[in-house]
Amino acid sequence: MKARSTQSVLVVFALAVAMITAACSSSGNDVTPASPTSGSTDSASSDSGTPPAGDATLSLGLVLPPDNLDFTTTSGVAIPQLLLGNVYETLVVQADDGSLQPGLAKKWDVSDDGTQYTFTLNEGVTFSDGSPLTAADAKFSIDYVKSDWTVNVADEMKIVTDVQAPSDTELVVTLSEPSNMWLFKMSTRIGAIMSPNHVDNLAKEAIGTGPYTVDPWDGGDVITLTRNDNYWGDAPAIKHVVFRYYEDAAAMNNALLTGDINVITTVPSPQTLQQFESNDAYQIIKGTTNGNVMMTINNAQPPLDDVRVRQAINYALDKEAILKAAWAGYGTVIGSHEVPTDPWFVDLADRYPHDVTQAKELLAQAGQEGLTLRLALSGTPYASAAAPIIVSQLAEAGITVVTEDMTFDNWLAKVYTDRDYDLTIINHAEQYDLTTVFSGEPDYYTNYTNPEVTRLETEGLAADYDTFIADFQKVVEILADDAAAAWLWAFPNLMVADANVRGLPVNAVGESLAVYHLYTEG
Amino acid sequence: MTWLIARRLAIFVASLAAASLAVFALLTLVGDPARSVLGIHATPEALQITRQRMGLDRPVWEQYWSWAWSALHGDLGTSYITHFGIAEQVGRRLLVTIYLVLGGMVTALIIAIPAGTLAAVQHRKITGTVVTALSQLGIAVPAFLAGIVLIALVSVKWGVLPAGGYVAPSADALGFVKRMLLPWLSLGLVQGAVLARYVRSALLDEVNADYIRTARSKGLTRTGAIVRHGLRNASIPVLTVLGVQLVTVLIGAVVVERVFALPGIGSFLVDSVARQDRLAVQGIVMIIVALSLAVSFVVDIAYVMIDPRLRRAR
Repeated sequence: MKARSTQSVLVVFALAVAMITAACSSSGNDVTPASPTSGSTDSASSDSGTPPAGDATLSLGLVLPPDNLDFTTTSGVAIPQLLLGNVYETLVVQADDGSLQPGLAKKWDVSDDGTQYTFTLNEGVTFSDGSPLTAADAKFSIDYVKSDWTVNVADEMKIVTDVQAPSDTELVVTLSEPSNMWLFKMSTRIGAIMSPNHVDNLAKEAIGTGPYTVDPWDGGDVITLTRNDNYWGDAPAIKHVVFRYYEDAAAMNNALLTGDINVITTVPSPQTLQQFESNDAYQIIKGTTNGNVMMTINNAQPPLDDVRVRQAINYALDKEAILKAAWAGYGTVIGSHEVPTDPWFVDLADRYPHDVTQAKELLAQAGQEGLTLRLALSGTPYASAAAPIIVSQLAEAGITVVTEDMTFDNWLAKVYTDRDYDLTIINHAEQYDLTTVFSGEPDYYTNYTNPEVTRLETEGLAADYDTFIADFQKVVEILADDAAAAWLWAFPNLMVADANVRGLPVNAVGESLAVYHLYTEG
Repeated sequence: MTWLIARRLAIFVASLAAASLAVFALLTLVGDPARSVLGIHATPEALQITRQRMGLDRPVWEQYWSWAWSALHGDLGTSYITHFGIAEQVGRRLLVTIYLVLGGMVTALIIAIPAGTLAAVQHRKITGTVVTALSQLGIAVPAFLAGIVLIALVSVKWGVLPAGGYVAPSADALGFVKRMLLPWLSLGLVQGAVLARYVRSALLDEVNADYIRTARSKGLTRTGAIVRHGLRNASIPVLTVLGVQLVTVLIGAVVVERVFALPGIGSFLVDSVARQDRLAVQGIVMIIVALSLAVSFVVDIAYVMIDPRLRRAR
């Protein structure tokens, strides 16, 4: 787990973004919604034929503008959200069940020892400048991550020891050790295939093989994608997709109400949905994200190092009531780390039913009656909304909670870096962050220690796929048994759109906001 | 007259120099730009290389001088975050803000001069009292609130005008006016209310002046005398207020830009602060300061133009 410290940076960043955008910033590739409330008929491309290419324009409202177009040197979710899948493509893409599907590579084989991947690329693929895609370009892109990328995610590519392109369509990648994560990471931004001829001006110019190209951009709050007429795959229906970035959520709402935009891709808080709910001109889309809202418990801080105290906290909470009060019931109650769309998800929402008597008993056993704990809040809407009801529920079990409000910078310094806290509430927004947040070693702010968890994770990552999933499921169960945190709810992806817009990426699970399946009806 | 202008010009240049020093010093003392580019887990080597690339290893005086000298030549540098030229960005954003502020001020004058004159002429009558009361109400309402109410009514409820956004007048002149009308109105209503009171009181000061009596004795009505002769004399204090307000409005436009989603200098400043783009912040603040100083300079000169008596004064 060499990459762990750098992964943690990512999570911080994901958290930071979550603070700004209320945590649903990236959107995924056509994933069939797992949430029972979602409108699955609108979502996927695979089950409905997209209409032929027309001349229409659709405008999307977003909240977090990209600084530039170069995700090789600029971190954050805004740039991959705009470019990945739409402009740059990857060898493999992530599907609705978390499995990997062919992308630019039509197939791949893994050697028996799990260290050598042989990809066969699709033929007839061209970059939007007209030049053909070859395995040499793919080799260049992977090498380029290792040589020139300065963002921390580039470390995911360190495991690659050798890349060869024996023919125009054949790519052979050798890893230093087997890894179940690497291929998945190849569906994220580090897997983006770029042209060696177009990496000098990445900040302003994005040349990929994708269905869209970026119109010349002046650095302002509007970015237009235009259909790439030379695209090798199915042509998207919408000719121009306009990304409009708003500083103010109310201004974005007004833009939808007055027809300036067709879709709000990120609804900052469910309260704003009210004005659209009773209006037939709009549809509300409820999907899922990778985010799980968690009340983190400092596992090293006495008396929270006692599992009985942590379990008591879990018994004391009525999570359904919390979700209802804090987030208008949007989302899914969860009982351990990870969300329902993750392949190793285990539904443990009932592991600790709301039971005040049980909570009091456990506290008595631990000798912790009259316990007082601090709850650090960093000003995010969901945390501020959940805190009051959590405080009152814990009070019923005899735990006094003192809330501490702080800025996000202070939160980073005090809670995340110095680990000087008892409880805090945060949405862990990064996908597949299990090994980061709960590595079993006290190298993360959760301070959770369990050698068994470390062993299962390390072995799982190097094992075959089924063992990998089984090991991770075991970890998820152990975490719940240990009450390593009080998981609250899987964060929903809420969108509002004109009623006739179809093909929206309902679930925000990957790094991209895929727009190439959009079309309008009627 | 020439001497007077020269003196004002000297003050202008000296303030500009002092301001540039202050802006540079304030922002240089805070934080490490190399770190804000590379993130919290950057290695010391990477930081060192980036600092060199950004010229941060040079003596502070040299850094200041090269920045100020380039700025004088219209070059505010290239952002290390966005890779866009800052001057070019500032220029485009500033234009939006200037359209907003000037339109707002014109709207304010269109409201304030008739309303203030009416209040002065009808002084001690019911109309005058009503106008005064209305302007008091206008002063109490912040521009962004006026904006929110206007959007809720005019755009969302009645669907008459767009709720904001921006199109360049060169691309679509009618669309530009349509989208700017509400922002202009929300700035203009509030500023107009403030100005109307100054117009009224300045006019009332002039009502009993000798030249008004003379004008009336030559056959003008009281209203006619006030409008024809009083307004010009009353315009000096009003102009002073206008100058001060222009600067306030320029800075206050940040909020109005946000409400109406206008890509002006204010939203650029907010964005740049958020992404810790120090060079951009430095450039934007400097431009705003320079603009404010320029406005007071122009107002000073305008006094002299309007009032011949000031030309002899020192």
